[in-house]
Amino acid sequence: MFYREAGDFKTSYRDDGQTFPIRLDRWGYYAILAVAFLVVPFVIDSYWANAVLVPFLIYAIAAIGLNILTGYAGQVSLGTGGFMAVGAYAVYKLMTSFPGVPIVVHIVLAGAITAVVGVLFGLPSLRIKGFYLAVATLAAQFFLVWLFNKVPWFYNYSASGQINAPERTILGWAVTGPATTASAKYLICLVFAVVLAWVARNLTRGSVGRKWMAIRDMDIAAEIIGVNPLTAKLSAFAVSSFFVGIAGALLFSVYLGAAEASEAFGINKSFLVLFMIIIGGLGSIFGSFAGAAFLVLLPVLLKNVLVAQFGWPTDLAAHIELMIVGALIVFFLIVEPHGLARLWALTKEKLRLWPFPH
Amino acid sequence: MEFLYASEVLANGLMAGVMYSLVALGFVLIYKASGVFNYAQGVMALFAAMTLVGIMEGRVPFAHLINAAFGVHVSSFGWTVPGLFAILLTALIMVGLAIAIEKLVLKHLVGQEPIILFMATIGLAWFLEGLGDVMWGADVKVLDVGLPQGISETVETMTDNWLGYGFFIDRLDIWAAVIAAALVAALVGFSQYTKQGRAMRAVADDHQAALSVGISLQFIWIMVWSIAGFVALVAGIMWGTKSGVQFSLSLIALKALPVLMLGGFTSIPGAIVGGLIIGMGEKLFEYFVGSMVGGATENWFAYVLALIFLVFRPQGLFGERIIERV
Amino acid sequence: MTMQEGYTTADGRQIGGVLMDLRNITLRFGGVTAIKDISFDIREGEIRAIIGPNGAGKSSMLNVISGFYVPQEGEIWFKGYRRGPMKPYEVARLGIARTFQNIALFDGMSVLDNIMTGRLNMMKAPIWSQALWWGRAEREEVENREQVEKIIDFLEIQNIRKTPVGRLPYGLKKRVELARALAAEPRILLLDEPMAGMNVEEKEDMCRFILDVNDEFGTTIALIEHDMGVVMDLSDRVVVMDYGRKIGDGTPDEVRSNPEVISAYLGVAHE
Repeated sequence: MFYREAGDFKTSYRDDGQTFPIRLDRWGYYAILAVAFLVVPFVIDSYWANAVLVPFLIYAIAAIGLNILTGYAGQVSLGTGGFMAVGAYAVYKLMTSFPGVPIVVHIVLAGAITAVVGVLFGLPSLRIKGFYLAVATLAAQFFLVWLFNKVPWFYNYSASGQINAPERTILGWAVTGPATTASAKYLICLVFAVVLAWVARNLTRGSVGRKWMAIRDMDIAAEIIGVNPLTAKLSAFAVSSFFVGIAGALLFSVYLGAAEASEAFGINKSFLVLFMIIIGGLGSIFGSFAGAAFLVLLPVLLKNVLVAQFGWPTDLAAHIELMIVGALIVFFLIVEPHGLARLWALTKEKLRLWPFPH
Repeated sequence: MEFLYASEVLANGLMAGVMYSLVALGFVLIYKASGVFNYAQGVMALFAAMTLVGIMEGRVPFAHLINAAFGVHVSSFGWTVPGLFAILLTALIMVGLAIAIEKLVLKHLVGQEPIILFMATIGLAWFLEGLGDVMWGADVKVLDVGLPQGISETVETMTDNWLGYGFFIDRLDIWAAVIAAALVAALVGFSQYTKQGRAMRAVADDHQAALSVGISLQFIWIMVWSIAGFVALVAGIMWGTKSGVQFSLSLIALKALPVLMLGGFTSIPGAIVGGLIIGMGEKLFEYFVGSMVGGATENWFAYVLALIFLVFRPQGLFGERIIERV
Repeated sequence: MTMQEGYTTADGRQIGGVLMDLRNITLRFGGVTAIKDISFDIREGEIRAIIGPNGAGKSSMLNVISGFYVPQEGEIWFKGYRRGPMKPYEVARLGIARTFQNIALFDGMSVLDNIMTGRLNMMKAPIWSQALWWGRAEREEVENREQVEKIIDFLEIQNIRKTPVGRLPYGLKKRVELARALAAEPRILLLDEPMAGMNVEEKEDMCRFILDVNDEFGTTIALIEHDMGVVMDLSDRVVVMDYGRKIGDGTPDEVRSNPEVISAYLGVAHE
């Protein structure tokens, strides 16, 4: 079985626009989904869930969100951490104020609230561009974290200033709180990640996605062919923040269980997610997953090799990780600005020609 | 009395502003000459300060790594290096860093979009931060190169005699202001009256034209990054002496970004004025408003001020207006 | 020739009434006057050219028509209504599409996606429908794709459909840009130096496409061009600009014999 599209004819424009145009890709995708849903939940243990899979899925959602804003619409944001905090505190307030409502509704609503906040902080993008905007989004980052630290209403006046996720269940299974099993944590994050990735794919291949990319590639030309920059940019901020907000809500309620704004959602979160999309690939949904996987796995790997194998101190491993991540960012920007996703695409291109490359 | 107290707050804000201006100055220099918005400027200040302490205390570079890798226990050469000599050595290291950055990073990113360059410098910042920690350890270091510190009694007595209220101003802040002023004067002199300075300005105006009259872009970039490294060293010494050499130093340096947005990325006077406005503004805001909303407004005031300001004047106070065309 | 009735061209095409009327347009940048008190009209179905030496203000004129610059004085009448001050994207929605002198395609997107952007104003599916790729969004995508495929066939660019535009040679980029503008089904198509930088063969192709567009879709075309020969062959009526003023207006033959035009192009004739 060769990897190619010859013989795989499209007979309608509908087929031509589908996500995986090559049949083998489609099969591979279904196989991965089947394993993820039907096999992994039964074999997962709490180490794999907490160290790798759950953070991977949550950061993938955040990375897709930032990729919509930065990779597709071309607006660089350094406020991701702040927007994740909005999602986290929104879901916390909703969970504690309306305990009878299903948690999934809360998480989606938290995303919607973050979308509104995102639009608010996206307004300056109509006047300023490029790194001016990047720096302006720092205002969102620092202001929001400060707000959640200083206004006791947000953390329900708890003495520690922390927020703690109460237990909530779906169909009798605990998905938040201390009683949650590894597979429940994993499954709820998986469902959100798969559905949101599908939504992101739909949005980016349709007319709103083309508006975003037009603004990204040449904003003046986009306006002259009829794209309203106001709605294009603000919709990118809204959708992006919706995704990021859901990631923040999941990170707090399902993964961490307890959080404090400046610790869990500091400026370093913003950079972490930005790095994920640079390494994974700007303007690629697959790249968002690849980048998230890479940056979640790297510290785990370094820890296992440097600390567990060589017996080096943990802080040294953390510093070396900083160096590696920094160097990789520079490396990817120099060699392959489209990241891992592009490398993957090139590999597939070669595979298509194999074994007759000429 | 209220007014006098506010004035004291203002004066202290001015001094903090001088520090911001120093870091912002490094940004402007690099931006003008190479179009790179160097996010790593703050980390460069941290790195310079760490290196300076490391050299002064005779620490073994990469001691942690060597110990971990070879199972030995080295930490110190057992000597100390006098401040001035150590500063000189650190300056040389910053020049070396500038050369390395040019060869390994900038050269390969010529002609890329500004935003890509910006993100590359974020990567650079992380790398430098990790490198600093691996080289010298992540502990909070005390930096003392012999700058005077403590409340200036002269100012206190003088203001007490004139106004009936003694201002508390740190002597280090006064020195910082003087040194910063001297540094700016030296930089302006350099760019106006030396051959290299003129070449630097030519490159800032137009890369192509500068190339065509035989100016080496590579040399200019190394020079500018070296100067920026030196400015970072000065800023690092000031900040480090004031509050210890630690990671938060690079976060404080982040505030140079809103300073630049106020002042405009291309203007040296803009960097100075912007720094002073932010320094005073955040202290006054904290004094008048911060107490009512729970304090620590300094965390975000600068960014929000710059954001609001930008919406009304996108090019900054002194920046050049951009005319769009198709 | 009266305002309402139109005229018949030399090759027998019937030209309609006034579609766009520019009255006493003046445009200044600071102290510089780029366009000074210019009036002319564009009629339904004609090919109208604006020519003039470098710096005459042709591109500024086109930018005024497409709404990118707002003139300080004068009125723009379109389809019988006076056009108030508008954003460029609002002007586009009135049915005015254009190409650019220095190609302004979206380099990160494929040829197909670039052309599809021309139809963005006809795609109005709500965002939830797009998010789920269900209902109106999917239907619209297919319908608009069909229209775009017609244009792709018409301009003979079938084989580069899925290619990222960044990889295309110059001549093809120009053609893709024309396709994007056509996809919007404009009432007036503005072409900013459509032949600039092309070799003879590419120029001939482009000429043929312009004539075919005008002929098959009945699209009104206003173009700026440097190449005098091409303009005279192509257009029905020509406006000549020099230093921001209008120095001639009429059929190619009338313009060719206008002494002021001759002196602007060839310098003052030596006796």
